[in-house]
Parts: sequence; C-alpha cells; structure tokens
Amino acid sequence: MYLLALKMLFNDKAKFFGIVMGVTLASLVITQQGSIFVGLMARTFGVITDMNYPDIWVMDPKVQFIDDTKPLTDTKLFEVRGVPGVASAVPLYKGMIRARMDNGLFQNCNLYGLDDSTLIGGPGEMVEGNLADLRMADSVIVDLEGATDKLARKGKNPGDPKIPLKIGDTLELNDHRAVVVGIARGSRTFQSQPNVFTTYSRAVTFAPKERKLLSFVLVKAEPGEDLETLRSRITERTGLAAYTANQFKLLTVNYFLKYTGIPINFGIAVSLGFIIGTLITGFMFYSFTIDNLKYLGTLKAMGTGDSTLMGMILLQALSVGCIGFGIGAGAATVFGMSMGGTQLAFWITWQILVVSGGAVLIICMLAATLSVRKVVALEPAVVFKG
Amino acid sequence: MTAIASQPNMQADPAGRGLAVRCRAITKNYGAGQSVVRALRGIDLDVYLGELLMLVGPSGCGKTTLISVIAGVLDRDGGECTVFGKDFSAMNSRERTRFRGQTIGFVFQSFNLIPTLTIAENVSVPLLLNGVHRRAALAKAKEMLDTVGLGARVNDTPNRLSGGQQQRVAIARALVHDPKLIVCDEPTSALDHETGHKIVELLKGVAMGGNRSLVVVTHDNRIFDFADRIAHMDDGQVDKIVGSAKELYGPNMNASHAGEKA
Repeated sequence: MYLLALKMLFNDKAKFFGIVMGVTLASLVITQQGSIFVGLMARTFGVITDMNYPDIWVMDPKVQFIDDTKPLTDTKLFEVRGVPGVASAVPLYKGMIRARMDNGLFQNCNLYGLDDSTLIGGPGEMVEGNLADLRMADSVIVDLEGATDKLARKGKNPGDPKIPLKIGDTLELNDHRAVVVGIARGSRTFQSQPNVFTTYSRAVTFAPKERKLLSFVLVKAEPGEDLETLRSRITERTGLAAYTANQFKLLTVNYFLKYTGIPINFGIAVSLGFIIGTLITGFMFYSFTIDNLKYLGTLKAMGTGDSTLMGMILLQALSVGCIGFGIGAGAATVFGMSMGGTQLAFWITWQILVVSGGAVLIICMLAATLSVRKVVALEPAVVFKG
Repeated sequence: MTAIASQPNMQADPAGRGLAVRCRAITKNYGAGQSVVRALRGIDLDVYLGELLMLVGPSGCGKTTLISVIAGVLDRDGGECTVFGKDFSAMNSRERTRFRGQTIGFVFQSFNLIPTLTIAENVSVPLLLNGVHRRAALAKAKEMLDTVGLGARVNDTPNRLSGGQQQRVAIARALVHDPKLIVCDEPTSALDHETGHKIVELLKGVAMGGNRSLVVVTHDNRIFDFADRIAHMDDGQVDKIVGSAKELYGPNMNASHAGEKA
C-alpha cells in the first residue's frame, strides 16, 4: 500500500511539483540565508581563525570583539611572560591605518604588527614571497584580496582592469613608505578591508601616535598546562582578560549578535522562507489530499485501516520533504559555489543542513497533520454518496 | 478469508439456503431535534447465500443508508444487523475494518478507481490489504482483469478507459479477493443502457457462484430481471419483497416506473 501511496503522489505531477516547490523554496531560503549569516559571522573572527598559534589571547578586560582593541602598556607583555604555565608570549599590534593610493584616494587597512623575532601571528599561507622577508626594511605583506582589489593600481586607461600589487611595489601607509615583500591568503574580514602585516616595531611607527600601542599578547601554554587554569591565572596575576581562541571567537560573535541588526535581518528572511514554504506546502499537500479524499474513502471502505492511511500520508509528506530538501539544499550549495571568490560571505555547515532539514520536517509534519485529521475524520460511507 | 460455513447463527431460508445478511428493526437517523431525518425506520431484511438481491425505490428512500449499514461503513442507531453471523457493532474499529476487507467487495456508482494508478494496481488493492505480496497481488489482479475482458489493458490508467470498461475494472476489484458479499451502489447509473445491461450480465456471471451474495442498489428498472429478489423501499422502510419486477410493478413497469429514477 505504501508503494501505491507513492505512485498516487508521483503520478499527480502538477500537485507533486507544487508541493516539492514549496519545500524546495523553504529549504533553499533557510539554507542559503543561514549560510550567508554563518559566513558573515565567521568573517568577524577570521583573524582569530587564521592565527592558529596562540593558545590564549590576552587583552584589556573591556575588549568586546576582535576589532575593539584597547591598547595596553608594553610592560603587560612582560607581566604575562612571568605567569607560571606560559611557555611564550608575543606582542600583536592590531589597528587601522590609511593607505594612500596612487590616484590620491585613501583606503583603510587592518595593520598587524607581528613579534619582530618570531613573526608569530603572521598569515597562514603565503601566495608569493616569504614571511621572513618582513625583516627587510619598510617591508609589508598584503593579503591577496587587498592586493588584487582595494589596494590594486588603476589601469593606464579608463576601463582597463586593475593592476594587482606585486612584490616590490610600494605603498604609502600613514605617510610612511612601505614595500610589498609578499602576498598572503587569509580569511576575509567582516568589513572587507585589506590586511597588511609587518613587524611589531615597524607597525608602531606606521601607526598614529598613541601612548599605548600593544593590542594583544599571544600566549603559548606549557605542554600539559590546563588552558582554563592558565587563563584564570593570567587574569588573576595581570588583571587582563584571557580567552582561548574559541572563547574569543564566541565573544566576538556574541557582540555582533547582540549589537547589530544582522541576526534580526537574517532571522526575518529565514522565518519568511519557513512561513511561505509551510503555506505553499501545506496548501498544496492538503489540496492533494482533498482531491484524493474520494479514493481514500474508498480505500477506507474496502478495509484500509486509519493507521495505514496515516502511514501513507506521512510517507507521501516525508517523500516530498526529502526531495524538496535535497533540491533546495543542493541549489543553495551550487549558489554558494558559484559565488566563491566574490564578496559574498557564504559558509554552509552541517549544522545549517540539520536546521534546514529540521525545518522541512516540521513543514511536512504540519502539512501531513492537516491531511491526516481530514482522513481520520472521513466516514467511509461517503463513498456511497456518488 | 472468512469461512462462511463455520459461522454461528447462520439460518436458512425456506429453500434451504444459508443466511448472508440478517437485518432486524434497523433504524438510522440523520441530524437531531427538529431537523432529524429518519432514514431507516425499522428495516427487516434477509439476504441469502448465493442470491442477487436488488434494493429499489425512489430517491431518498434510504437504499444507500441501508447498504452502508450492511457493509459496515455506517453505524446504525438501533436494531440488529449481522453479516455472516457477525455484528459490526460488536467489533472494534480495527476488527470491523479487517472484516470488511476480507468479506465484502464494493462496486460504486462512479467506479472510484484511483486515477493515478494502473488498472492492475487498482484491482490489486484488496489483495494488498489482505496481506498478499505485491507481485502475487498484481498477478492475481491481471487474471481477474482477464476474466472481465480487460487483460490487454492492465497497464492503462482508468482515464484511458470508457465508463463501461472502468466499471468492469471496479467489478474485478470487488471480486479479486474472493469476498462472500458484494455490495453495489447504482452500478449502471453512469452507463448507457446497453453497457449497463452488459455490466450487470457480467456481474451476475462472474460474481455469482460459490454461494456469493450480491446486494445491488439501483434505480434502473431495466436490469431488474437479473435479480433473484427485489426489495422495494419507501420512506425508510422495506414495503415489498418480490421475486420479479413484474410482481413489483405489473406488466407495464418500464413505462409507469421510469419516474422513479433520480
């Protein structure tokens, strides 16, 4: 009987495609919007992800997210180094700096100053050049996105493509000459500004003059050291905040969730996808059931039990759910792949697929519940009424 | 399938035939209060094994209600009704559904074939409901379609068949699981005269035998000749049970009672 139930569904092509379309729409919108939301949130902590060296990030207790730097005095670095359980601690400068373009315009950049001796905190993947070249005079490394887009030079004629920065090119950073010695690949930032890496000592000369310039202290723990214990110890001894990378990511994401309208905007889009998908699917599936009520009544009269009829309806609902979810999630994935390399933030995770699948399951169950109620209440005697 | 011979409470008619259906003082009302409609007002009726009983009468007289009660798809309000000695009101919903599926075959006025399934699949449904494996059910369904002359159309969907052919499929579906009682609701009303005549001929030829009983609700006095007995209903009661149409309407029945059609 269950196979016949599927045939009843699949052979009613108009209704079948209508129901699948509703589920697909919901699945597509929820997966796509969810992935863009996650992609955007991931950009807020992209720098933390890229710097995989430190076990613990130490900063001013008032810092709310990665870009919210509150400079420390340089002596704090030594205080942290003196905490038992700290194997090494290096400084990191993070700040905004203006690059002057050859057309006279300015471009804001994220400037990272790495520990002069170890260069810890540098970009993970070099596309051109070597990280060690930062030891050369006036040297900087620029990320690929910045080098090919926002910091790229204009073509000779109007309409010509931009000319990417290459090794040996020079930049003017806050009235200082900087020479590009490498191009690196890194995560895009939330504000999509170019990332520029140099040494700590050079960064503080590039940066606008401030009394305090140390943004973060990057800590590597002694082998076997419990990170939670070390975190507490650093805070206790220095009065600074200390987070593991994951905790710092969470702090950053929570800030964006709490203080920006991003989750509300995406929540509305996802909710609309869910509601519209539910309405279309529910209406079409209910309509499919109503169209077949005479036949379901006939089956009931002929000896089909309510549980079998309910099973048939649930199977039909789950089948369109699986097909619609597959198409919707697949389309969202193709969309994400086709937008790779653009400004669009898109990160599809298994959690998004689980949420999207769960939403589709709820939609199908709601649609099936309406139909099941109708069928269970159906008097088989109705089949004798012509 | 139900073993009829072993059923208790089986009674025989004067001719020695066993009893398939026994109805006593059956009442059924629709609505309540001022607007109550008394559809059945104390029906007494027996259907014997191996007979074709036609239920006739004007529209609204309660024929369809009575056949629904007999088939166990509608609860009666009062009286007794047993089918092969079993009382539907003494069964729970699951037992009643199973008993219907095993014991009763249905032929409907508008065929009620599922349009998205092939006719072989339609015919196989009662077998599937009785636990027959799909492949065996389809094979048996094809045999039955052969019997009703549609063996070459097994993979067609109902909408590719004429009305008469669809009713043949419905008959095959009603008989495929070898039920002991067939209930037919206006089996010829959607068909022209000639096709209707052939359908009842087929129904009687294929369905009768093996002590199977048929209860046919009809307005169509042109098929009355196929009946073993005719029960005439009026205003919720069986007012006459006769052996032939002539006994019921006299020699000019065709002319004088065409008006009873809906």
